[in-house]
Amino acid sequence: MQTQSMHFKARAGQKLADARLQKNLRKLSEKFVTARAAAITELDDFEGTRSAAVERRNRALERLDLWLETFERNATARGAVVLYAQTPEEATGLIVEIAKKHGVRKVTKSKSMVSEEVQLNAALSAAGVQPVETDLGEYILQINDNEAPSHIIAPVIHKDKEEISALFAKTHGTERKSEITQLTREAREVLRGHFLSADMGVTGANFLIAETGTVALVTNEGNEGMCTIMPPKVHVVLTGIEKVLPTLEDVATIMRLLPRSATGQPISNYFSLLTGPRRADEPDGPEHMYYVLVDAGRTGLLGSEFQEMLRCIRCGACMNHCPVYQKIGGHAYGWVYPGPMGSVLTPSYVGIENALDLPHAATLCGQCSVVCPVKIPLPDLLRKLREKQWERGLRPWYEHVAIGGWAFVAKRPALYALGSRIAVRMLNWMGGSDRLIRQLPIGAGWTRSRDFPAPSGRTFRDMYRERRADGARSV
Amino acid sequence: MRVALFVTCLVDAVRPEIGFSTLKLLESAGCEVVVPEGQTCCGQPAYNSGDSATARALAEKVLREFEGFEYVVIPSGSCGGQIKHQYIELFRDHPDLKSRAEVLASRIFELTDFLTNVLRVETLPSTFAGHITYHDSCSGLREMGVKSQPRALLAKLPGVRLTEMKDCEQCCGFGGTFSVKYGDISGAIVDEKCRNVRASGADALVLGDLGCILNIEGRLRRTGDSKTRVLHISQVLAGDA
Repeated sequence: MQTQSMHFKARAGQKLADARLQKNLRKLSEKFVTARAAAITELDDFEGTRSAAVERRNRALERLDLWLETFERNATARGAVVLYAQTPEEATGLIVEIAKKHGVRKVTKSKSMVSEEVQLNAALSAAGVQPVETDLGEYILQINDNEAPSHIIAPVIHKDKEEISALFAKTHGTERKSEITQLTREAREVLRGHFLSADMGVTGANFLIAETGTVALVTNEGNEGMCTIMPPKVHVVLTGIEKVLPTLEDVATIMRLLPRSATGQPISNYFSLLTGPRRADEPDGPEHMYYVLVDAGRTGLLGSEFQEMLRCIRCGACMNHCPVYQKIGGHAYGWVYPGPMGSVLTPSYVGIENALDLPHAATLCGQCSVVCPVKIPLPDLLRKLREKQWERGLRPWYEHVAIGGWAFVAKRPALYALGSRIAVRMLNWMGGSDRLIRQLPIGAGWTRSRDFPAPSGRTFRDMYRERRADGARSV
Repeated sequence: MRVALFVTCLVDAVRPEIGFSTLKLLESAGCEVVVPEGQTCCGQPAYNSGDSATARALAEKVLREFEGFEYVVIPSGSCGGQIKHQYIELFRDHPDLKSRAEVLASRIFELTDFLTNVLRVETLPSTFAGHITYHDSCSGLREMGVKSQPRALLAKLPGVRLTEMKDCEQCCGFGGTFSVKYGDISGAIVDEKCRNVRASGADALVLGDLGCILNIEGRLRRTGDSKTRVLHISQVLAGDA
């Protein structure tokens, strides 16, 4: 996906002005937030489980090379082929090659954010292979002229039922439906034909399990099963190299947190563990199974101050709870991953200079790290990205001037006392009779949407000194 | 008990009365309060802008000015969080300064936390009465663990009726320079906070951070609400509101 992150401000402005989107975002973020809050109380020791999950993810990442080799060995022993791609282009190249090798004309896809990252659909289409999204949300986006997802687990969260109903009627040539059950039935009828006629299924991976050479898939629609064990001859798992976990025990711990953090469910409707292609004694499954494991920037985070970001299990809780995401939705962020996790990943993967707004477009309220099931210190990582921008001279000149000038004064108490004395008098005068400043000369961003309550006109230090001199108080 | 007061640059310049209410609360609880004269700012604006060299220089200044005191009290969770947590991170590659920052971290307290957990005050110099709602500012809540302390103190004032608003722990959208750089997004976030404040039916919003006060009050006034009062917790507890 082409990054549009440099247009963050303009895109965010459009989203704020979109009344329909505002309504849709309000409804759904409230639903996820409430559901998660209830779901985590079901665990006896949520905090303890979080700590355990952190340890297990850290153990995997600290020796990622070892666990990837272990995974490769065990997956290969079960008949799968494990391939590595350093870049998005290599990943799509490998998948197109696999499709050609097996004479594939149609691919069914289960939800995969990595496939968005590498722009798999475009590459398949260009090679004459038809990709069909089978996750309901992703399907809706695909038939809407390949619109980008706006959330990592609820890709179509920005749309409401009426928009989807109109889209279905237009695309399928059917009557407009008013009930969600009617709409899902219609999608199921359309998709069934694709499941039966596809030659290859592509899925992502929630986890790769090293000790067994297994892929773990979490869905609520069961489409991952249709993509992998119905007719397709070939199953391709496309995912990032960081998704590996050493053992099944690790998966058990993390699965206690993933659905609860994501949707507030104790467990997802479907949870599949798939190990290798169909064996002679098995009734179903693909004839061939491939893994395409993508780096695309991930090894750059290993061993860096951003390594903790690789713990991410893609639950979406950080964006559900983010006050900024809740107001602008995912599209404003301009790449595959939105919200706090995306504001760390996007600059890391597409280049810090290509996403200058993202680390700054956060209030650093800290709620994302409170709800993160694997305790990623997202505000700290965003701040570190700000440091990198500053060090590399990527911030606008006026920020350097403003911070530099202010710091020069703040380091010199006598000058500071004088400067603030003058400034508060001016601001007090600007406040007029109702004590409100409607337009600030510096800081117009503030007064566009709110007044600035005027200072009372004298600094604490001046008043305090006076009081002490009056002998009203002795220290 | 000898206590140093970190006034904060925002209180110093914009709402000095919060500094005096804080002083009154500490003195009426029997503290000897010292206000180190050279204090300016904790350095958070530089830190959050990515200018860690400047943030470090200001952090060193704060260390020099405040490390001689057994207790440092601050009427802000945000500046408190900066000093208590972020200084240690800032000095991660400077072992000497880091250990000094750790000592200061153990001595700095947000005002309501200090009144509740260190001084264990029973009586307050206040007869404030009114229907209020309380906003939990982000850094106070999530970095300094301030949640029950202001409520416990408010409960000591018989004339106070507290109605919790919806999403009282949700960010108000201030975020320091965020509110200027992304004023429109910030405005949309604070708008929701204002809706929740109004829906609570309270006559006054009480909270512990001046940045959030200016943000919420500024939006309330801009949208035509001239009567909902926005007060710092110290003003209510000291009877100065």
